[in-house]
Amino acid sequence: MINLIRNEMLKIIRRRKLLVVALIISVLVGLFTYAQYKEAERTRERIGSQDWRTTVQQQIVDTQNRLGSSGISDEWKTQLKLRIQQQQYYLDHDINPLEPGAPTFMRTFAEHSITLLIPLMVMVIAADLVSSERSSGTVKLLLTRPIKRWKVLMSKYLALLLSISAVIGIFGLVSYLVSGLVFGYQGWDAPVVTGFTALGSELDTAGAQLLPQWQYILMEYSLVWFVAIIVGTIAFMLSVLVKSTPAAMGIMLAALISGLILSNMVSSWESARYFFMINMDLTAYLAGNPPPIEGMTLGFSLSILAVWGIAALVVSFLVFTREDVY
Amino acid sequence: MDEITLSVKGLKKSIGKREIIKGIDITLKRGEVFGFLGPNGAGKTTTIRMLVGLIKPTAGKIEICGYNVETEFTKAMEQMGCIVENPELYPYLTGWENLEHFSRMLPKQDNSHMKEVVKLVRLQERIHDTVKTYSLGMRQRLGIAQALLGRPKVLILDEPTNGLDPMGIREMRSFIRHLAKEEGLTVLVSSHLLSEIQLMCDRVAIISKGEVLAVDSVEKLLTLQERLTWRVTPEEEGKKVLQSFTTVSKGIDGTLVTPYSAEEAALWNKALVEKGIHVMEINRKLPALEDLFLEITGGETVD
Repeated sequence: MINLIRNEMLKIIRRRKLLVVALIISVLVGLFTYAQYKEAERTRERIGSQDWRTTVQQQIVDTQNRLGSSGISDEWKTQLKLRIQQQQYYLDHDINPLEPGAPTFMRTFAEHSITLLIPLMVMVIAADLVSSERSSGTVKLLLTRPIKRWKVLMSKYLALLLSISAVIGIFGLVSYLVSGLVFGYQGWDAPVVTGFTALGSELDTAGAQLLPQWQYILMEYSLVWFVAIIVGTIAFMLSVLVKSTPAAMGIMLAALISGLILSNMVSSWESARYFFMINMDLTAYLAGNPPPIEGMTLGFSLSILAVWGIAALVVSFLVFTREDVY
Repeated sequence: MDEITLSVKGLKKSIGKREIIKGIDITLKRGEVFGFLGPNGAGKTTTIRMLVGLIKPTAGKIEICGYNVETEFTKAMEQMGCIVENPELYPYLTGWENLEHFSRMLPKQDNSHMKEVVKLVRLQERIHDTVKTYSLGMRQRLGIAQALLGRPKVLILDEPTNGLDPMGIREMRSFIRHLAKEEGLTVLVSSHLLSEIQLMCDRVAIISKGEVLAVDSVEKLLTLQERLTWRVTPEEEGKKVLQSFTTVSKGIDGTLVTPYSAEEAALWNKALVEKGIHVMEINRKLPALEDLFLEITGGETVD
């Protein structure tokens, strides 16, 4: 089995998949670091002071102004109100939510990447794992070796898990190293508040607690990893089912983007919560952002994702071990 | 030398309601080159894919060196090497890496054997270049090297000379003969090129529309269809005489063609002479496999 996994890793690496993913991430991190640097600079200029309390105070005032303006939907209003309460909490407890530094960048970047960027990177690797062997015809060579088919597929899946872990690792490392050049590498111990739960329009702070940032990041990256594994597994299944790589990528991309769009408009469509793409924003639960559909919890989303992942894996193995290869 | 290495019994395959392979029985022995001949779409590739376990047969049994392909898949595959259609290897890896890749999938990885195989297919000089820089002939050879990695007893090659130049075809042919005669491998070769099979194979199965129409040694199949060509004057009279004995068809430039029969040819000749017809030429001719093929399949087209 180890030999088989070595083979699969060799193929992934020699096709420069990981390199491409690392490059994309580096470019984006550079871009966002610069953007955030500009943003911070502008805020400083506008407020004319470098004290974070004034910044947060200013943001609360901004948000309140937006709340006052007409023509925004009720849902949006609720979210804005929650944001104010959250920021008030930071102020009251003297916690700086914008503590600058590479770890903070790592944290917010991961938060924003969990629903699209990371799944996309994972898809690049997973979507052609099986279908490329099929379109190049090498699948015939793989399946005429003295090795059972399920072992061939298992080695591919394990190689995928390894690669996904590598992608998450690269993601964290690159965002830490690059952003640190600008913001400095301090801030691992900065306190972060977690445990908010949104109950309707009220913010329930009963479960709120302070965590050192490194602990928060660890939890967050575990969640990112979990989502990446599930997305990878589903893309893997598509790669087994659909004969062509572009088709597998297209379907996956459509699912991911529809998830993003749906999340913003399904609050009244209850059963949409069983879609995997609605449940991908796991870090939102940590940060205390309201879920797309009321009543969804971290546990619920984790189990929905797990069910999708297991089902995808079962389908992949059933199809791959039985089908005729032409 | 009579050891049976590949046996196929009652092999059938249906897709939906259509039966594409309608019961194939063949037995291959050690050290022989067996040809699988049929037009495109006759079911050659489907049959071969069933032999190597890529497609599940609807009915029938395939045994490689006594191991059932369906129930003892890994054991059966250890005895067999194959190229199904084009030798598709990983173009972004070097030849050597490709071989390493496939030898890691064998029960035992053996570096010195890999080197031997590379030498056997004469790829030593280019083996560390990436496969995308290889010519078609080199890829074909690398494909064979890959098939030989596991020291197979049975080698299955689907259209091995496809896309090769005449020089490459000749090389491939002598190489295949060498493997069978010197190394004692059983080689199953499929082709739609009759001339190729004629030159390379000991025995041949003619397959059309999912059925085996004939299995025999190439010579025997050919003698079955031996022909006599006659040149006589006057032609019309001669034709009438011959027609009273057997079937006559018109050959090229005014000749008459009849089946060959050692006993009767003299009688026919005598009858012609008695009727005062001049017999200028009697020629015994082995047909090309082409003619044979057309005869057996009833005119299905081949290249």
